[in-house]
Amino acid sequence: MDNQSCVKIINEWDIVSARQLGRNVAKELGFGTVDQARITTAISELARNIFLYAGQGQICIEKLYENGKTGLRLLSIDSGPGIKDLRQVMEDGYSTSGGLGAGLPGVKRLMDDFQIDSSPGEGTDIRAIKWLR
Amino acid sequence: MDFRQKLESKYREILTNYLADRSEQALYQGQKLSRNAIERNIPPEEIVSIHRNIMAEMFPEKFNDKMQESFDILLEVMVAYGFAYREHQNLKHIQQELRTEMEIAANVQKTLLGTEVPCKKGMDIGAISVPAKHMNGDYFNFVEDENNSVSIAIADVIGKGLPAALCMSMIKYAMDSLPENRKTPTLVLENLNRVVEQNVDLTMFITMFYGTYHIDDHIFSYASAGHEPGLFYHAETQTFSELPAKGLLLGIEKNTKYRKYEKEVMPGDMIILMSDGVTESRTKEGFIEREELLALIEKNIHLKAQNIVQNVYKELEKLQDFQLRDDFTLIILRRNVLS
Ligand SMILES: Nc1ncnc2c1ncn2[C@@H]1O[C@H](COP(=O)(O)OP(=O)(O)O)[C@@H](O)[C@H]1O
Ligand SMILES: [Mg+2]
Repeated sequence: MDNQSCVKIINEWDIVSARQLGRNVAKELGFGTVDQARITTAISELARNIFLYAGQGQICIEKLYENGKTGLRLLSIDSGPGIKDLRQVMEDGYSTSGGLGAGLPGVKRLMDDFQIDSSPGEGTDIRAIKWLR
Repeated sequence: MDFRQKLESKYREILTNYLADRSEQALYQGQKLSRNAIERNIPPEEIVSIHRNIMAEMFPEKFNDKMQESFDILLEVMVAYGFAYREHQNLKHIQQELRTEMEIAANVQKTLLGTEVPCKKGMDIGAISVPAKHMNGDYFNFVEDENNSVSIAIADVIGKGLPAALCMSMIKYAMDSLPENRKTPTLVLENLNRVVEQNVDLTMFITMFYGTYHIDDHIFSYASAGHEPGLFYHAETQTFSELPAKGLLLGIEKNTKYRKYEKEVMPGDMIILMSDGVTESRTKEGFIEREELLALIEKNIHLKAQNIVQNVYKELEKLQDFQLRDDFTLIILRRNVLS
């Protein structure tokens, strides 16, 4: 797909590249500076999780055009250890950063659509969309 | 105009005023605006963005590119605060839900554990039980039976709140299911001990006092499973003494046997039962002294039993600055003078 671009996450510096990619696409699609900053924060969170918990994986950014709407899709894919209890992880206050509002629930709140699939031993697949308003 | 646009124009007005006269008035307006924005769940990064946009508009030359770009950093930092702010909003909401749930649970518990203070000729009985939090880990129950006696159970789970309350519901159920002929104080405690030992986890202990007042011969027979000692008031000598009782807590040892005690009750005498929430009422100076408790009871002794327990509670509540540390239960049984 030519409207999708990806960044491999292997070390901490790749998080910066993923952010850069996300910001460029968000800007290009017409997101304002506040939303750009929010989207890149979400990317940071997902990329950092890959780096910390899965070892490696990738972050992809996709432009979406649907029913006259424009949006940005954020994918985070890895084949790391996966997450055992998704319900628990999606609960506020669970993340090790509890109280900072970051982590997966924070990302979910920020985006308009959020889906997570994960099985222990197989990896984690997160898809989130932010629509341009 | 939607709220965001209103916010922006208000912000512009305040900023313009302030830059013109640097007045405290404008700053105060700023504070009011923030309240409004917080009420409407506007995250901090929005405010930073509004500030930047207005500055760029008002001072196209002076607010140069470098200054504008510096706001990217501020914005980035504020986005993280925004995340925390949203989580806080959500946690507040969850807390409200939990509170509502607890209130409902507390009502269910009240209905479940509810007991009526019996009205018996020749006797005057008063009881009060107040939970420290929503749910009560203390429990008391009155049973009247056909051979003209009143039985009273008072129990306290070591621990408070929800776990204690759940545990109490089990005790109540177990007690209700005991057959009539097993309701002597020692048998009740021995039965409940087995129930608790089998069903409750090892870290949960329950103390319990069970007594039966035989109205025909005015004998109070009782047994205790490690419960806070009861008191006895001798009307004739106007003195208090402890109701002696020994016994292991419920749930420690499967085959515990309990000893039965008896006490003859003369006209005007009182039996005073309580949970440790009474004796462990804590003031700044430490636990209340036993003398203080006795003095409180004495001060009210001319009143009906129900008024005595209520007044003692009120005084102790006040002594503790209205913050109960433990569930509080106080019961008084008095043999009327004319009986
Ligand atoms: N990509 C991933 N692979 C494996 N486990 C993950 C992944 N992402 C998150 N987790 C698990 O979910 C938990 C919660 O993640 P998150 O909400 O980002 O909070 P935090 O990283 O601060 O713990 C992590 O502690 C980790 O155990
Ligand atoms: Mg994380």
